[in-house]
Amino acid sequence: MKALTYIGLAIFLIGLSIFTGSIFLGNFELKQSDLTTFLENKGIENELLQKELQSAVITGEKMDIFTFSSNVRGALEKNNAHYDALIAKYDAEKDWTKKGEQYQYRINDKDFRAMSFSLAKKSGTGFVVENRGLMWFLTFGLGIIGALLFILPQLKLLGPPGIKNNGVYHNPATNRGWIAWLVLVYLVVFYIMLYFMADYVVNWTFILDPISKALSGGEASQWFVYGFLYCVIMIVMAVRMYIKYRHNKYQVVRTTSVLFFQIVIAFLIPEIMTSLNMPAYDFKNAFPLDYDFFFDWNLDSLINSGGIGLFILVWGIVLTLVIVPVMVYFFGKRWYCSWVCGCGGLAETLGDPYRQNSSKKMFSWKLERWLIHSVLVFSLVMTLVTLYCYFTGASSFIGIPSNWIKDTYSVLIGAWFAGVIGTGFYPIFGNRVWCRFGCPLAAYLGFVQRFKSRFRITTNGGQCISCGNCSTYCEMGIDVRAYAQKGENIIRSSCVGCGVCSAVCPRGVLKLENGPLDGRINPTDVLLGNDVDLMDYVNNKNAS
Amino acid sequence: MEEHIVIIGNGISGVTTARHIRKLSDKKITIISAETDHFFSRTALMYIYMGHMKYEHTKPYENYFWKKNRIELKRAFVKTVDHANKQLQFADNTMMSYDKLVLAVGSKPNKFGWPGQDLEGVQGMYSKQDLDMLEKNAPNNKACNRAVIVGGGLIGIELAEMLHSRNIPVTFLVREESFWGGVLPSGESGMINRHILNSHIDLRLGVNLKEILSDENGRARAVVIAETGEEIPCNVVGLTAGVSPNIDFLRDSGIELGRGIKVNPMLETNIPDIYAVGDCAEQHEGINGRRPIEAVWYTGRMMGETVAQTLCDNPTEYKPGHWFNSAKFIDIEYQTYGWVFSKPREGEIHFHWKHPDDTKCITINTEEATGKFIGINTFGIRMRHQIFDRWLTEERTTDYILEHLKDANFDPEFYALFEKDIVAHYNKTYSKNIQVKSKSWARIFSKA
Ligand SMILES: Cc1cc2nc3c(=O)[nH]c(=O)nc-3n(C[C@H](O)[C@H](O)[C@H](O)COP(=O)(O)OP(=O)(O)OC[C@H]3O[C@@H](n4cnc5c(N)ncnc54)[C@H](O)[C@@H]3O)c2cc1C
Ligand code: SF4
Ligand code: SF4
Repeated sequence: MKALTYIGLAIFLIGLSIFTGSIFLGNFELKQSDLTTFLENKGIENELLQKELQSAVITGEKMDIFTFSSNVRGALEKNNAHYDALIAKYDAEKDWTKKGEQYQYRINDKDFRAMSFSLAKKSGTGFVVENRGLMWFLTFGLGIIGALLFILPQLKLLGPPGIKNNGVYHNPATNRGWIAWLVLVYLVVFYIMLYFMADYVVNWTFILDPISKALSGGEASQWFVYGFLYCVIMIVMAVRMYIKYRHNKYQVVRTTSVLFFQIVIAFLIPEIMTSLNMPAYDFKNAFPLDYDFFFDWNLDSLINSGGIGLFILVWGIVLTLVIVPVMVYFFGKRWYCSWVCGCGGLAETLGDPYRQNSSKKMFSWKLERWLIHSVLVFSLVMTLVTLYCYFTGASSFIGIPSNWIKDTYSVLIGAWFAGVIGTGFYPIFGNRVWCRFGCPLAAYLGFVQRFKSRFRITTNGGQCISCGNCSTYCEMGIDVRAYAQKGENIIRSSCVGCGVCSAVCPRGVLKLENGPLDGRINPTDVLLGNDVDLMDYVNNKNAS
Repeated sequence: MEEHIVIIGNGISGVTTARHIRKLSDKKITIISAETDHFFSRTALMYIYMGHMKYEHTKPYENYFWKKNRIELKRAFVKTVDHANKQLQFADNTMMSYDKLVLAVGSKPNKFGWPGQDLEGVQGMYSKQDLDMLEKNAPNNKACNRAVIVGGGLIGIELAEMLHSRNIPVTFLVREESFWGGVLPSGESGMINRHILNSHIDLRLGVNLKEILSDENGRARAVVIAETGEEIPCNVVGLTAGVSPNIDFLRDSGIELGRGIKVNPMLETNIPDIYAVGDCAEQHEGINGRRPIEAVWYTGRMMGETVAQTLCDNPTEYKPGHWFNSAKFIDIEYQTYGWVFSKPREGEIHFHWKHPDDTKCITINTEEATGKFIGINTFGIRMRHQIFDRWLTEERTTDYILEHLKDANFDPEFYALFEKDIVAHYNKTYSKNIQVKSKSWARIFSKA
């Protein structure tokens, strides 16, 4: 059994290495015709740019993706340098018309990588492109098989059903040891590539092109790779959850729920919508987590998509304003955060082995409240500015340029916080870094949960022995014990209702439940077993 | 100058005392302990060895807490108490004076004079030091090929689970014919026996330790069983045959001692201004049929709350409410409310229900003549403390309890519920026709 897990681990690492190594494979040779169509499709009429690109990447030489990317970006830079010089020149000459004309020929710096990605996508050749099926097996296939071989024997190895956190703090993968740090570095680099250097990982998209075409008819983008990988990881790690918590029905049902929402609602339906020429939409992704819902391009696209677009627009607004708070009132924030949400889904599957690393210090709680509410305010201000500008046609509002604030939010919060830090830091800071410190939707749900909800974690009278399992395994860094040992119910805005505190408690002290608002905060007089009237029956006994 | 209250012992009872004094007053508070710098949860020691937590996680309060609440901590061993001069003498012979003294010195593992009980590799499982020693004695199954545990109580089974978590083979010697047979009714104790065996722990029932054999270096190498003379080779012997108050340093202090420190219901000792709480306190007579010494977490906490009142000019008797307790036997959780004894006392009957999967059962103790509910043991099913506490106060009948059993369930959502099966079994056993009522929040929240 043990041997099987080692074999599994080896196979998994081979798959991971091939996946990682595959970005170095292949040659990138752009055809003239492809370049021409590309520029035409983009509506770029700029001979200088065309020439620069030609001499940069249509050289007859074989290039790997890094050279290719750097050549493309070099060409774009040269082009921009040329026009910048002209702009400076006309500026000096005070020839405003001519100066103004030059801007259209510049390429926005932000678009360098995207252009490089698109061109690379057309020009890839070599092993990966020619053997997509085989490559799928060697990367995803081996990864899945290896991981399952690693996980499935736990069914026997863990012993009878029950909480088995044995060795969590002896294992360098889970106790912030060297393996955890390695995983952190890997994840961080992965996210940086995905968000900011997608052209480097274009080979991954080749591997998934066939699946993407089958689903939506289009080629795979880096986002498709991410979405597919996300689903695969969640499924595999859900198997781990099913085994680890097989005695706990709440965990089993909840895990099934997040899987369903990720695979069907977040992944498949948007792909199918694309294939039907509809705007792709993840029906469960609520604003302000879905921060670009009110961006001009999204509004335009929805408005121009007829009935379905309109439906999405209304749905998105109703989801945030009505469905989300009403559901939180009845069931607590958990209905979203640990039953539906994709970020939560990854945290509860891939992230489960790391939950104990969330900090329980008072300092972290303070930091959390500052950060998460700042992000909420940030997202609301951004949306306000965007909407104002959208409807008035202005380019800024209350002194804030709409494009600037959108870009800043997208990069700082959308990419760095939610992705690079939010997931990349799992192994060291726990699996809910984003949900706890950053997610503006969580902040909003938290208000409702804190102040008007039927949800609470009931503390079972005086049964707590202050052991600390609940606090240790709370992924949100809530010091559950601090409440439980006083006999108080736990009513915290940040609680995502994962139910693990209740699962790990060795004394059956905690129960997540929905009940009447009365008695939620102080169910009865706090009952620790003291000072209750004497038991008459014993007196009778003594007398007799 | 505020009164100086000195508390010896930073366990649950001493710390609860200090916290509540601070809530009620501005007195100067000092907590002395020889064991650790800070309060930690003794009940969680096992989880440190098993790798569920680190020592840090077992501390219920962050380190800044003590300073913030002006509770002074001193790490030292108190050698003598000189009540005439109201002074304590430490191991290094320095002194500290007090105005009021609270003894919260806890317990120590029992040793019954077994030959070889002081060999290396033989240890109890009570203190942080014991845990550190276990880490040395039994780091893994290479250094420790087998461990033998002597004494089948709650700490014994925890120690067995601990060692087993590191794949160390464990032999578990239990004097009774069934695990914890002096406390649990036979149906329950039998179920736990099977669970221990299913968890691959070599449980030996009805056996006594004769002696522990030494190797040439003074280390334990085997134990001998009294009944059979069987020699079981091992490297580690865990002595878990109960605990008793840790009061040796008080022998000549003039404080009245029995097995523990004798106290009255006000938790006062025979010496003015000296009190005792927690595991070490011994009531002259057990309160409401409780034992004179109650070595459990909850009572330590309650005594701490009580004595703090008394120390802050609100003299209060220790009046524990209805008995409750809980434990976990490897994977099976146990809770109890009210009294259930291993055998029904005169005039009492036991109703027992067990799930076919052999991991869940309950036993209800009823007064036969009146049908009054006296207590419940529940295994593998969580129950609501508050509800049972109220039912006990209201002196409900067992019939009533079974009818409303759904109100009491405390298992996580989506768990299979067994009230129907339980009541069906009850109806069959006693030819009754009780119908289970559905759960009612109104009833749950109504007050006694
Ligand atoms: C492994 C284990 C598991 C347990 N599990 C449970 C459980 O699940 N449920 C439950 O209800 N109970 C449980 N108990 C029992 C419970 O832990 C004790 O009842 C409780 O800790 C007693 O608290 P206390 O404050 O009275 O004493 P202690 O916690 O023993 O504290 C006494 C302190 O005083 C110090 N001290 C003593 N003498 C001196 C001196 N002369 N000078 C300086 N310092 C001194 C000691 O070093 C110690 O630190 C368990 C006990 C153990 C050992
Ligand atoms: S308090 Fe409990 S349910 Fe809430 S997030 Fe923490 S572990 Fe999960
Ligand atoms: S896990 Fe349970 S017993 Fe332990 S501190 Fe938390 S609530 Fe108390």
